[in-house]
Amino acid sequence: MITLRVNGTLHTVDVPPDMPVLWVLRDVLGLTGTKFGCGMALCGACTVHLDGRPIRSCVTPVSAVTGKRLTTIEAVGETPSGKRAQQAWLDVEVVQCGYCQSGQIMAAAALLAAKPHPTDADIDAAMAGNICRCGTYSRIRAAIKRAAGG
Amino acid sequence: MAPPPPRLSRRAFLSVSAAVGGGLLLGFDLPAAPPAAFEPNAFIRIDRDGRVTLIMHKVEMGQGTYTSMSMLLAEELEVDLADVRLEHAPPDDARYAEPLFGVQETGGSTSVRGNWEPLRRAGAGARGLLIAAAAATWNVDPATCSAAKGSVIHGPTNRSLGYGALVDKAATLRAPGRVRLKDPKDFKLIGTPAKRVDAPGKVDGTAQFGIDVRLPDMKIATLAACPVFGGKLASVDDARAKAIPGVRQIVRLDDAVAVVADHMWAAKQGLAALDIRWDEGPNAQVGTADIVRALADASLNPGVVARDDGDPVKAMAGAARKIEAVYELPFLAHATLEPVNCTVHVRPDGCDLWLGTQVPTFTQTAAAKLTGLPRRKVRVHNHLLGGGFGRRLEVDFVVRAVQIAKQVNGPVKVVWTREEDIQHDMYRPYYYDRIAAGLDATGKPVAWTHRVTGSSIMARVTSELFPKNLRVIRAVGLHQVIAGMKGLDTDAVEGAAEPPYELPNIRVEYVRQEPPGIPTAFWRGVGPTHSIFVVESFIDELAAAAGQDPVAYRRALLDHSPRARAVLDLVAEKAAWGEPLPPRGGRGVALLHAFGSYIAQVAEVAVSPQGDVRVTRVVCAVDCGTIVNPDTVKAQMEGGIVFGVTGALFGEITIKGGRVEQRNFNDYRMLRINEAPAIEVYLVPSSEAPGGVGEPGTSCVMPAVANAIFAATGRRIRKLPVKDQLRAVS
Repeated sequence: MITLRVNGTLHTVDVPPDMPVLWVLRDVLGLTGTKFGCGMALCGACTVHLDGRPIRSCVTPVSAVTGKRLTTIEAVGETPSGKRAQQAWLDVEVVQCGYCQSGQIMAAAALLAAKPHPTDADIDAAMAGNICRCGTYSRIRAAIKRAAGG
Repeated sequence: MAPPPPRLSRRAFLSVSAAVGGGLLLGFDLPAAPPAAFEPNAFIRIDRDGRVTLIMHKVEMGQGTYTSMSMLLAEELEVDLADVRLEHAPPDDARYAEPLFGVQETGGSTSVRGNWEPLRRAGAGARGLLIAAAAATWNVDPATCSAAKGSVIHGPTNRSLGYGALVDKAATLRAPGRVRLKDPKDFKLIGTPAKRVDAPGKVDGTAQFGIDVRLPDMKIATLAACPVFGGKLASVDDARAKAIPGVRQIVRLDDAVAVVADHMWAAKQGLAALDIRWDEGPNAQVGTADIVRALADASLNPGVVARDDGDPVKAMAGAARKIEAVYELPFLAHATLEPVNCTVHVRPDGCDLWLGTQVPTFTQTAAAKLTGLPRRKVRVHNHLLGGGFGRRLEVDFVVRAVQIAKQVNGPVKVVWTREEDIQHDMYRPYYYDRIAAGLDATGKPVAWTHRVTGSSIMARVTSELFPKNLRVIRAVGLHQVIAGMKGLDTDAVEGAAEPPYELPNIRVEYVRQEPPGIPTAFWRGVGPTHSIFVVESFIDELAAAAGQDPVAYRRALLDHSPRARAVLDLVAEKAAWGEPLPPRGGRGVALLHAFGSYIAQVAEVAVSPQGDVRVTRVVCAVDCGTIVNPDTVKAQMEGGIVFGVTGALFGEITIKGGRVEQRNFNDYRMLRINEAPAIEVYLVPSSEAPGGVGEPGTSCVMPAVANAIFAATGRRIRKLPVKDQLRAVS
C-alpha cells in the first residue's frame, strides 16, 4: 500500500512501488487530465507538479512521491500561476486538439511560479520538453507572456 | 482523400416534427443524398428551454470545426454561439455523410466547404419556422417579425417570444419550401474570430479523448504486433507475464499478442515479460533501399495519364534548354500525440466502441464484420481526437481492438504504446517523382512532364467503396470512379496535374508501385503535400536556370490565375522579399492552389556553418474564399506550418529487416518550441466560396523551406527530409 497526496487529498493505493505516477493518476485514481504521450519523458504530455516543480509522471515511480504534494491539471487552477496560465491560454486561443495542453499548462505554470517574468530564453528552456503536434508553439509563447503581464 | 470541387445542391429539404419529450426536431438534407428523395439526414434539436443542439457529424481533432460548424448554424438561426450545444452524431452514412465524399468522414479539409450551405440552410429554415410560429401566435404578418438572440420579435408592437416558447407550435407547421439565407453583409458571427467552443475543457483537464474513457470493470490492454510487416506469431511463453500482479489475461492473435491487465503499467510489464517468437514471413529482408530501387525502376515505365495538354514531346524537343530532376519523399508516420487506442465491449447481443475516429461508419462496419453482429447492434461512442492528421481515417486499430476484445469478458481499453503506434502506423507513401521541363530562350517553360510513382492509397480506400456505393459515386463524381478504374490515383497527382501556372504543353502521369507489406495512408495535406513539394521546388529550379527571381518567375506565369498572383504579391510584400538577410540566411517562396484555397508562403532559414538548418520565420498569405472564423484560419496555418517544417526537416520512417527503425520521439523527431519559426499569417478578404484550411499550410511550407535552403547555400534539396544532408558539404 502506498499513500500519496494528490491535489490536497490523501489516497492509499495498492500498486507496485515502481509504477509510474502517470498510471496511478489515470488508471487507479481516474484523474485523466494528465496525458500519456511517449512513456519516456520525451514529450511532456504527462507533466504534473511535485511540490510545485514540474516532473514527467510517466517516468516517476509512485514510491518517489510519498510524503510530497502532487498537483495535476485538475487542480492547478487553484494556484495563482496556474490560474493565470489557464486564463491566458483561453485569451490567446492556444488549443487545437488539446491533448498536449495539460502538460503545456503545467510546465508554463511552474515556469511562471519560478520566474514571474520569463524571457524568451526562459520559455525555450522550460517548454522545449513539451511537444505540441498541432504546432501551437507561437501561441503558447504568447500566452505565457500574457500570463506574466497580467 | 482528394475531393472534387464542391457541387452543392441549391435546395435543402427540411422536415419538421415534434421531438420526444417536447421541442422541435428538424431534419435537413445534406446534398450527397438523392435530392428527389425526402430523407432527412442530420438533425437540429431545439428544446422547450430554448437550447439548440446540433447533432455534430464532424469530429473535432483540433481544426476548430466544432466552432465553425456551430457558427454556420447559429448565424442563420439567430442564436448566440454559446447557446448551441453539440452531440456527437451516431454512425449513419445516410444521414451524416460528408457531402464531398458520400461517407461520414472528417478529413481532406472539407468540413466548411461541404457544409457551408447545408448548415446555414438548416439554420435559416428553422428560423423561418420559428418566425411563422410566432406570427401565428400573435396573428400578425410574418414579414413584420424578425429573429434575434434566440427570440422572435414583432417590431410594430415590440413583443417578443423566446424560441423555447415557440417550438411546440413550430413543430406543427409545414416546412418551408424555400429558405432565404442572410445577405453576407448582415452576418454577425461569420467572419468574426469567435472563441473556440472546445477550449475551456482543454485547459482544465476535463476534455474527454478516447483514451480517457473509464467504464465499470474495464480492463486495460497493450499489445505487441509482429515487428515485421506480414509476419505471424510463432509461439509465446507467458509464464513470467502471468505472475505479474495485475496481469489478467494474455490474448494471442495471428500476428500479435496483447496483455490484459488492471492498469497500463501491469499490461506494459506483462508485455515486457513475454517470451515471444515471431515467424517473420516473406518481408523479413525488406529495407528502404529495396523499396526505393523498385520505385526507381517502376518510374521508368509510362504511367496512367492524369493530364495531357498540348504536345509536350514536340515542345521539349524544340526547347532551348531541358532541365530534369528526380524528387523523393519518405514514408511518414502520423504520431498523433494521443496514441492510437480503442475501447471495446463485445457481448453476445451487441458491441460498444469508445474512441476518437474520423470515420464512425467504417468503425461500425469493421466491428460488425468481426463480431458477426448486425451494424445496428454496434454502437460507436465518438470522442475528441488527440490529433487526427489522417491516422484516425483508418480502422486498422479498431480491427485489432475488436479482435482482442472478442477474447475478453467485459470492456477492455486497448492502448498502443508510442513505440507500437510509430512502428505499426499506416504510412504516408514513399514517392519517387521524375520531372522535366523545356525552357525557351527567355527561360519560360514551354514543356512540362511529371511522372509520380508511389503506393496508391485511393486504390485501397476506394476498393471497398466503389463501384458498389451509389452515394459515394454521386458525391465524388463518376469521373473519379472512372479514373480509379483506369488505375489513376487522383490523390497522388493532386497539385501536380493542375499547377496554377501557364504550362501550354504538360503531361502528368502516375505509376502505381506498392512497397512490400507496408501499409500506406493519408497524411496531413494528402496528395498536395507530396506534389506541391515537387512542383514548387522544380519551378524554383527553373527560375534559377533562367537566372530569374523566384517570385518574378512564378508571377509571369500567373496571368490567368489572379487569385494565385494576389497571394504571391501579398506574401512577397509582407516578407520584404528581396531585402538582404544575414550571411548563410535565405528566403524561399512557394505557391499552392489546392483544397479550394490559394496560399503563398515565404520561409526564411539560417544554415549554420556545420550545416544545421533552422527555419526562423514563415510569412503566409491565404485566400481561402469566404472566411467563417479568421482566427481558426490563422491557427490552422500556424499549426500546419509547424507540422510541415517538422516533416521537411526531420520526418522519415525507414525500413530495415522488414520493420520500422524508428520507435519514439527520440528518433522520430518533432519540432519543439525553441526550434519553431516566427509565423505571420495574412488573410485576403474574399466573397468566393470557402476553401479548406486544415491541410494546405503543411503542403506549402515544405518547398518554401527547401527553396530557402537553396537561396542560403546553393544546395537544391531533392529528397526529404533535410536532416543532415547539408552537413557533408558544409
